[in-house]
Amino acid sequence: MSDEILCLRGVHTHIGAYHILHGVDLQVPEGQVTMLLGRNGAGKTTTLRTVMGLTPASQGSITFRGQPIQARETPDIAQLGIAYVPETMGIFTDLTVQENMVLAARAARHAGELDQARLDWIFGLFPALKKFWLYPAGKLSGGQKQMLAVARAIVEPRALILVDEPSKGLAPSIVANLIGALRELKAQRTTILLVEQNFQMARALGDTVAVMDDGRVVHRGTMAELAADEGLQQRLLGLSLGAHA
Amino acid sequence: MLNRLLSHDLPRSRWLAAALLVILVVLALAPFLFPGAKSMSVVAKILVFILLVASYDLLLGYTGIVSFAHTMFFGIGAYGIAIASEKLGAGWGAVGLGLLAAAVVSVLLSLLIGLFSLRVKAIFFAMITLAVATAFQTLASQLSDFTGGEDGLTFRNPEWLSPSFEPFETEVLGLLIDGKALTYWLLFVTVLALFLLLLRIVNSPFGRVLQAIRENDFRAEAIGYRTVIYRTLSNVVSALFATIAGALLALWLRYVGPDTTLSFEIMLDILLIVVIGGMGTLYGAVIGAVLFVVAQNYLQDLLAVGATAVQGVPVLQAVIAPDRWLLWLGVAFVLCVYFFPSGIVGRWRAAALRAGNPRRTPRR
Amino acid sequence: MTTANVVAASAVGAAIPKASFDWKPIVLLLAVMALAVPAIGSTSSWLTLTVAGLAMGLIVFVIASGLTLIFGLMDVLNFGHGVFIALGAFVATSVMGYGAGAGWGGFFSILAAMGVAMAVAGAVGWAFERIIVRPVYGLHLKQILITMGGMIVGEEIIKVIWGPLQIALPLPDELRGAWLFGDAAVEKYRVLAAAIGLVVLAVLVYTLNRTKIGLLIRAGVQDRSMVEALGYRIRRLFVGVFVAGSALAGLGGVLWGLYQQSVTPQIGAQVNVLIFIVIIIGGLGSTFGCLVGALLVGLMANYTGFLAPKVALFSNIALMVAILLWRPQGLYPVTNR
Repeated sequence: MSDEILCLRGVHTHIGAYHILHGVDLQVPEGQVTMLLGRNGAGKTTTLRTVMGLTPASQGSITFRGQPIQARETPDIAQLGIAYVPETMGIFTDLTVQENMVLAARAARHAGELDQARLDWIFGLFPALKKFWLYPAGKLSGGQKQMLAVARAIVEPRALILVDEPSKGLAPSIVANLIGALRELKAQRTTILLVEQNFQMARALGDTVAVMDDGRVVHRGTMAELAADEGLQQRLLGLSLGAHA
Repeated sequence: MLNRLLSHDLPRSRWLAAALLVILVVLALAPFLFPGAKSMSVVAKILVFILLVASYDLLLGYTGIVSFAHTMFFGIGAYGIAIASEKLGAGWGAVGLGLLAAAVVSVLLSLLIGLFSLRVKAIFFAMITLAVATAFQTLASQLSDFTGGEDGLTFRNPEWLSPSFEPFETEVLGLLIDGKALTYWLLFVTVLALFLLLLRIVNSPFGRVLQAIRENDFRAEAIGYRTVIYRTLSNVVSALFATIAGALLALWLRYVGPDTTLSFEIMLDILLIVVIGGMGTLYGAVIGAVLFVVAQNYLQDLLAVGATAVQGVPVLQAVIAPDRWLLWLGVAFVLCVYFFPSGIVGRWRAAALRAGNPRRTPRR
Repeated sequence: MTTANVVAASAVGAAIPKASFDWKPIVLLLAVMALAVPAIGSTSSWLTLTVAGLAMGLIVFVIASGLTLIFGLMDVLNFGHGVFIALGAFVATSVMGYGAGAGWGGFFSILAAMGVAMAVAGAVGWAFERIIVRPVYGLHLKQILITMGGMIVGEEIIKVIWGPLQIALPLPDELRGAWLFGDAAVEKYRVLAAAIGLVVLAVLVYTLNRTKIGLLIRAGVQDRSMVEALGYRIRRLFVGVFVAGSALAGLGGVLWGLYQQSVTPQIGAQVNVLIFIVIIIGGLGSTFGCLVGALLVGLMANYTGFLAPKVALFSNIALMVAILLWRPQGLYPVTNR
């Protein structure tokens, strides 16, 4: 069993008067892809945001590589080596693709200081980014923006990447692209915590699975187990995932 | 019966109720209690400000709209009376016509402003009203043939409101009743009636929609309320009441100038009063106005006393001078926004809740 | 700002559809200038007025650019920005008065005044941010109220130090008078002010587009929390931007005071209204919009000042209303807000 790189224990989160997370217990093993599944409104996005400190936890503990991070500020959490690809992608539309990447590369003061080898690898994964390198990011298509969002998260090596529903609204070919990119990351021992509704993507990438409902984790196990058990799928997610392949 | 009079919006705090009662009685009997000219002018100013600030509270406290154009409507009311009385000769006809004309102008302007707020965000709106109010003030100074320019207009009131009018030959309760006293009571009755009307408005279904819009306009719109219409109406009502307040001021002073109604200082006074008194309470306007006007008038005297005390001390002498009362007001303002965010009325009510009924949940 | 990127994009390959630059507001600017020619009648007057308008516009830009960035980045509405303008102007009176007595040359006098004014305004800006603004981050209503209160207090303190009356701020001898181009008189000072404004513009453009800090500011204006999620402590940048904005306002105050050749304590409040109009027209948070807005306002003020003096202030409000009817978020709205 791999070490846990991220561990949540009894995490509660409130947004204003709303109690969203009701004691989340989650262990994310290092070097694997952990899928975070669940119905809409189960609290998956809030969990990711709480880890990043964007919506601070009101109770409970979150540790990253053994260090507690639940009370730390977002920039500090990011600097520990955690990258975040939000549901809304967070692309800076007035900046060019290049500027978005330079911003994401904390070590680079300008484009010339980007790691060219790594950049070539990213261009290999997402050719469109090379094509539209000097283009304002706002003009990219939805799929290209998603690629940029993921590219930003990997422009420098990171220990943990949190990705929130990357395939939402994207064409199957682009989804295939994303799967390929995330697979290559996995090969480099990058830990990925992936929220996804697209079961094809989930099944292709996931090693471990955590299912959320009503602000709690209600099931933990391997992806293989879940994929094989249709009854379990029905109970946890309210539908037969095989039908959504 | 009191409940219905106050539209079920009771003070909900013993201190507040007591204060309001005292203020009511004192204001009603003011001409008997304070016959001097200065004290009468202070009391009259309190009345005018109660109405002016209460109408602003409708806009700011209940609808959540920040506008800096309130003094503009105040000025329109005052100038309406002044211009009509000057051009048409003193008399109730002139007053009526002036008031009507002022009301029409105010309604039109506030409609325009309100509808314009549809297209722009709240921040823009605040800045735009600031620009418009400034422009209006400049306009009033420049159209001197019409408005008397920087010097303003002096005019005569209808006969019954003139200082020389004395309906009774003998003193009543120690006071020789003259036009000035009658004017005062006209102000008192009008302000009282309009205040109660405002209470009615904010506690009506209309008022509740305004509060819903203030809390979450997106949701209000989603439920089905056309927020633009409600906001515009709030703008118009607020402007109308401010216009009437201006007319009352004009009748009292028998003089109108850019500095009596349109100056930015007055806008700040309004903001200060509404913050000190307590936003979104209406009673806050009463408490705040009393405190503020009294303080403002006697602050300068206080500073003068202080000035003699620190004469010769270099920095203090410059800072504690009657001319610098605005400095201290500004400091008080900043401190109030920090430490009294819910205002005096808010504090009194919160204290009453804690003391009286720990189980009851706060209304807001 | 996208102009630099358009040029680069076209260099990469003609196959990529060009990122379209929004030319319409520039067209508007040029149209206003063009329409003024027949309205004014004589080209020499037009030239004088246009230079005056552009100079005034650039001065206003210097002041407004700080405010629009502060709002864009920090979401802070500083209704008290006028304090820094007034401070700058009054400091200039002291510095230049001293310089006249000490026999300094004209240019040196102005440069010294600008330097000291920027330093003082920046320092006061730092204090202002800590004491008045920081406690009310995110609370717009309180910000409006408190920053206004701050401005009142500031204005009164200025009166305490320099007295409540108007103080003359005469131009040094070297900068008096005008150059003549045929019939047109172009005032020397206005050209200098315009030049300084252009320098500020150049520095701003360079910083925003070619440095990482500029990148952070531009990104932060769009989406503050994403910048934090990328690992940058952007709140530390806030203080820096506020101080820079205040210093720029101080500089603008010096230029404005010299433009008017006199200074009063109300100068802050007066210019404040103009600044608000400019940043509303330009779009809150947009530096380029601020520039175009400022130039429009400067030109309008001068043209109408010549053609119909009584409606000068209204012309700017009318301009603002007209532009908001066309684009409710301003000429160059910043997306994602």
